[in-house]
Amino acid sequence: MFLLRLVLRNAFRHRLRTLLTIAGLAIAVLAYGLLQTVVDAWYAGAAAASNARLVTRNAISLAFFLPVSYEARIRAVEGVTRVSRSNWFGGIYQEPKNFFPQFAISPSYLDLYPEFVLPAEERAAWQRDRKGALVGRQLADQFGFKVGDALPIRGTIYPGNWEFVVRGIFDGADSGTLTRQMMFHWDYLNETLRKRAPRRADYVGVFVVGIDQPDNAAAISTQIDAVFRNSLAETLTETEQAFQLGFVAMSDQIIAAIRVVSYVVIFIILAVMANTMAMSARERTSEYATLKALGFGPGFLAALIFGESAAIATIGGAIGIALGAPVAVFFKQAAGIFPVFEISSDTVALQAACAAVVAVAAAVLPAVQAARVRIVDGLRAIA
Amino acid sequence: MAIPLSYVARNLWTRRLTTALTAGGLALVVFVFATVLMLDAGLRQTLVATGEYDNVVAIRKGAGTEIQSGITRPQAAIIETHPVVATGEGGRPLASKETVVLIALRKAGAAKPTNVVIRGVSQAGFVLRPQVKLVQGRRFAPGSTEIVVGGAIARGFEGVRVGERLRFAQRDWTIVGVFGAGSSGFDSEIWGDADQLMQAFRRVAYSSVIVKLRDVDDFERLRADVDADPRLTNEVKRERTFYSDQSRALSTFITVLGLTLTAVFSIGAMLGAMITMYASVSNRVAEIGTLRALGFRRGAVLGAFLVESLLLGLAGGVCGLAVASLMQFASFSTTNFQTFADLSFKFLLTPAIVAQTLAFSLAMGLLGGFLPALRAARLEIVDSLRSA
Repeated sequence: MFLLRLVLRNAFRHRLRTLLTIAGLAIAVLAYGLLQTVVDAWYAGAAAASNARLVTRNAISLAFFLPVSYEARIRAVEGVTRVSRSNWFGGIYQEPKNFFPQFAISPSYLDLYPEFVLPAEERAAWQRDRKGALVGRQLADQFGFKVGDALPIRGTIYPGNWEFVVRGIFDGADSGTLTRQMMFHWDYLNETLRKRAPRRADYVGVFVVGIDQPDNAAAISTQIDAVFRNSLAETLTETEQAFQLGFVAMSDQIIAAIRVVSYVVIFIILAVMANTMAMSARERTSEYATLKALGFGPGFLAALIFGESAAIATIGGAIGIALGAPVAVFFKQAAGIFPVFEISSDTVALQAACAAVVAVAAAVLPAVQAARVRIVDGLRAIA
Repeated sequence: MAIPLSYVARNLWTRRLTTALTAGGLALVVFVFATVLMLDAGLRQTLVATGEYDNVVAIRKGAGTEIQSGITRPQAAIIETHPVVATGEGGRPLASKETVVLIALRKAGAAKPTNVVIRGVSQAGFVLRPQVKLVQGRRFAPGSTEIVVGGAIARGFEGVRVGERLRFAQRDWTIVGVFGAGSSGFDSEIWGDADQLMQAFRRVAYSSVIVKLRDVDDFERLRADVDADPRLTNEVKRERTFYSDQSRALSTFITVLGLTLTAVFSIGAMLGAMITMYASVSNRVAEIGTLRALGFRRGAVLGAFLVESLLLGLAGGVCGLAVASLMQFASFSTTNFQTFADLSFKFLLTPAIVAQTLAFSLAMGLLGGFLPALRAARLEIVDSLRSA
């Protein structure tokens, strides 16, 4: 108890210095947490993807399509319960910076994704309207889309202007579901292509395949690919999760850079914190000598210094962690590109661990010096 | 009269550990700041080097990238026979009708494949890109299933050595050479015969047509004619503009992310500088009083402490920049969001970046040191002499 009081008194002897250090630490812990969350957000697509769905695409690359006739042949493979079409539309709403994903889908797609919660009457209304579109809740909130709104999109992959009408807004079953996307009828796309560019009609970007048992995913993938081996369009089938991870892997060096940088911030704050502790200890050399002369051992002095470092790091770290949640909410709205941006409990644990490491590392050198100081030299020292 | 610089410098030297820790914190921020700028400069340099100023790219209107574009054979013929197009040997137009597709290749050591551009070029394709030079093997023979790979592909991907075969589009393609394209984007591409690739991928339209202008200033005339011709649903861009448009999103992303980070980090480092300078002031109250008693004015004391913190910032800046300059030996490759293909580029240190980085580090030193210096300048002579 006495030790604790002494530690706290010491910590706040230089109030300004301690407050600046705490502020620095809080900012660093906050920045570290946000950077970790940015990395997590990158993986959100993969995290939301299921292992119980397969994605079949052209083996050459995603820029090549598959004939629509493959649908029936995939359905014939044993273990396949549902097959749905999906084309990446890649259109522009008003301006390129308003980017959001658009998919042309066949109606069974919605049955494959139970995590998209759509009222039955809205689904029925969508199915009746050829130009009907479904938008996710996050997307609707961002642009203020309401049911019945016209939604004009300029095509880049499929040239021309496309008119859609919002017929339904779907919610995510849980917070990890990505609802920042739009879906519309594959048939509308295909029929328009038949008129405008007949050679491009009747092709599908990817088939999303529902299977009976997630355990059979590997076997079914191999069987599907075997059906189309040596055909004009060979296929590559993988689980939806692996498919999404493929996108993440494309920017892996950016993610690696963010990871490195998130540790750089810890080193920056370590330098600041170590500086504060070194200065405090240096100024108190004569005090430490006095304590030693009074009979306190080197262990007590080390405890005093470690305690002070821990006190500052605890306060700074706690503020940094506490600020995380509100800042993340603000960041998500301001950036608008991350559909999921929540600080996970793992991240909080890592933040706390970083603060602890900084506290210990910053105190080591001053503690060793204080423990070693000879009483005579210490009493003679001037700060 | 100003306080001598040697006094200021010695103050920093006396408290070496503190100075080193503070400068170290600043150096890390400067390092992040400099590498972000270097990465963006490297990306820009790659794009500028990719485009020749007197080359023009024609793509389908609104397509934005070659992957999304399509140009029919009649359209390509109209564009390449336009009078402003330069002619090469035998009076043939200097035009390359190209087909651009993506194939998935595995990077060395990676579990997942990455998209790589495979470009079918006409015979003129090499003439139009003088920066593309063969470094190993030979060019592909026209009309054959032979391909040549760019330097960044040869270094970073598996199974692409000369003599090896890649299988895609139901054919085996033999790699017969490696070309170096300097720091341009072509270094991250694979080239083959346009007509062979079109047949293999069952395309009926080219992706783009690249022509060389007879005169650099003829671009506007070509553009006006292409826009006016009802047979053409194309748009033309100068090659350099075309490539810089294509990577604008990636460039913005790198800059915004990097500078936001630097801004946050710099607050931490400035707090560190502030702590150091406050300590520097409070340790020397008596000294400051003596200086004032000797006749140095408040302004001189303020100046001395500002110079001290500027030196601190400079030390951090030079260290950070020195480490960042080592990054020039590394290269960075990532998927360009717009073209959906892998692009490899280097960290590039330019004189402008050196100047910006040093200015940034001095600014951090100045901002961190201003309040402490103000406190030092405000001390009363009598009080401060007494405090000793």
